[in-house]
Amino acid sequence: MEESLSNLQNFSCPMPISHHETVLIGHGSGGTLTHDLIRNLFQKQLGNPILNQGNDAALLKLGQEIPEGMDLVVSTDAHIVSPLFFNGGDIGRLSICGTVNDVAMLGALPKFLTATFIMEEGFPLTDLERIVSSMAEAAKEAGVQIIAADTKVTEKGKSDKIFISTTGIGWRKKDLQISGQNAKPGDLVILSGSIGNHGIAVAEARGNLGFKSEIKSDVAPLNGMIAELLKNFPEVHVLRDPTRGGLATSLVEITCQSQLGIILEENAIPVDQDVRSACDLLGLDPLYMANEGKLILILPQEFAKAALSCLQNHPYGINAAIIGRVEEKPAGQLLLKTPLGTSRHLDMLAGEMLPRIC
Amino acid sequence: MANKLNPESVRQTKALMDEIRRITTKPWNIMEICGGQTHSIMEYGLDQLLPEQINLIHGPGCPVCVTSLELVERALQIAAQPGVIFTSFGDMLRVPGSTGDLFSARAQGADVRVVYSPMDALKLAQANPQNQVVFFAVGFETTVPAIAASILHAQKLGLDNFSILPANVLVPPAMHAILQSPDNRVNAFLAAGHVCAIMGYHEYEPIAQKYRTPMAITGFDPADLALGILLCVRQLEEGRAEVENGYPRYVSHEGNKTAQAMMAKVFKAVDRQWRGIGLIPKSGLGLRDEFQAFDASIRFDIELAQLQESELCIAGQVLRGLSKPSQCPAFGTICTPSNPLGAPMVSGEGACAATYRYHKVN
Repeated sequence: MEESLSNLQNFSCPMPISHHETVLIGHGSGGTLTHDLIRNLFQKQLGNPILNQGNDAALLKLGQEIPEGMDLVVSTDAHIVSPLFFNGGDIGRLSICGTVNDVAMLGALPKFLTATFIMEEGFPLTDLERIVSSMAEAAKEAGVQIIAADTKVTEKGKSDKIFISTTGIGWRKKDLQISGQNAKPGDLVILSGSIGNHGIAVAEARGNLGFKSEIKSDVAPLNGMIAELLKNFPEVHVLRDPTRGGLATSLVEITCQSQLGIILEENAIPVDQDVRSACDLLGLDPLYMANEGKLILILPQEFAKAALSCLQNHPYGINAAIIGRVEEKPAGQLLLKTPLGTSRHLDMLAGEMLPRIC
Repeated sequence: MANKLNPESVRQTKALMDEIRRITTKPWNIMEICGGQTHSIMEYGLDQLLPEQINLIHGPGCPVCVTSLELVERALQIAAQPGVIFTSFGDMLRVPGSTGDLFSARAQGADVRVVYSPMDALKLAQANPQNQVVFFAVGFETTVPAIAASILHAQKLGLDNFSILPANVLVPPAMHAILQSPDNRVNAFLAAGHVCAIMGYHEYEPIAQKYRTPMAITGFDPADLALGILLCVRQLEEGRAEVENGYPRYVSHEGNKTAQAMMAKVFKAVDRQWRGIGLIPKSGLGLRDEFQAFDASIRFDIELAQLQESELCIAGQVLRGLSKPSQCPAFGTICTPSNPLGAPMVSGEGACAATYRYHKVN
């Protein structure tokens, strides 16, 4: 009897229906479909000892996973992008790099990420697999682990394909003083490479350009380059990634935080020829286009040249350039000096960037 | 890497500015007709290089700004109709009507999309036969040939789900209106290169003669604009009033005859309200009788409620060149590009938005 019972307990359908082509409501139910998805997709791609603990939360022990004597740095970012795949990247790579970079911009070493996936019923599992595999690749490059994750599924039409929210945890040395408030008069402003590429790549993928281009998104994890930079130049005052709103909006934020002025040299700002042409044609301004793999660095003038070479030696900083200077005045404002010697005021991006008619 | 301006263009612009300074003896007011010119002047800070006697006046030249409240309101009402895909050039989306803008219509569920060309709207109509696709036909003469082509194409395809809301405006009637105004301060015009690439500039010659007002056709690079200003100042100083072509690489006297023929086939001149300025006779383009089936204002029979402009906004005076944006009590405080009270604060080409963006520090 006992034997037959154990046989029954081991009984399973010889042909389980485990193969689905799309995300179903059941994938978010917490039941077997959810478990299958976690085991066969998420753990397979993103798995590590902490994620695989399988508890309701991940345990990070002080002195083990988290070193003692450090300040913790946390950032969170939700990622929605249409389309999900574009030249140079996808929402998966974006969801890792965006949060890794935000943590790194405080001078911290990002180490752990959590991820929440909100998916629309009917979303193709092959796309999900492609996205998660891209996340795994980006996480590996950035040297971070996904330690907790959640999936939710909405009815068809209640969300749009997939949204990914990630939270990043990292730490930094207690003596670092990196913040937008710390810009000082006389500091130089360095940009790690050309701007506008991500914005144009996404616009092209949306079919908004009306022509083909080879422009690739710059989406990349910058923590490696930043770690190298800070090892040599702990004197850095400000780090910022000019994502949405672009370079101009990020620099205006810094002028507001520091109550100082920033003067930019327009011709020193690196813009790729094809990005410039696309922007000219569409009536868009590269200064306001999104970037996902660039950083703004502000530091005392005496370190600027050496810090610039340090960036230029890194694959993500080859085109780095000194683009401007921090001044006492005009406090809280960003000025752009044109090649004609005139200057103009730059403001934050107001609302959505709209192409001009003429 | 691409420089914003190459050294040769910088050298040319500076040389032209030196020449303007050398020959200017009296104060002159020069109006740039087109918002694209205003945008470039502000972007490159060209006004900072001019002698003090030369005063640039931003004209009515932003088609977004002069589109009447009635048309904006009509657009909002059409966009809100079930099954409508409402398409527009980007910067119309933030122009305030009296009940909101197209962005707020979109937030309330309207299907509002930015297109770069009326042909994109036509493709949308082909791809979505169950929807009515409406294109907001704004712009000067520049945008009209493509709009006319889209209508002719839609007719050929027998598309009954494509229409336009006609709002195009014409430059010469606006020049007449400005020069006839008792408050007129304009001594010369910078005519817009892209409008003239289509229309030529023969239409402007009788205007220059009648009002003794010199004109120069300009492009949009700093050196193009500096050349246009120089041509105007030279005429003013010498007492001449002609139309000079400072943009010959794109503009001819007669313009693009094929494009003009297509425009004339589809459109006719109609009276039109200019926002902030008033009714200008024969200053707009409406569809000819045989194309009225493509007129969205007929297809969607909509009763408009009482329309109300902001009481503070002095957009009308700004558009007529009577006031500078900074003279408006709401400028930069209540009225900003994020919260525009009037249309000139919306478009990058609008005089208020351009002043706000590039000159806030002054």
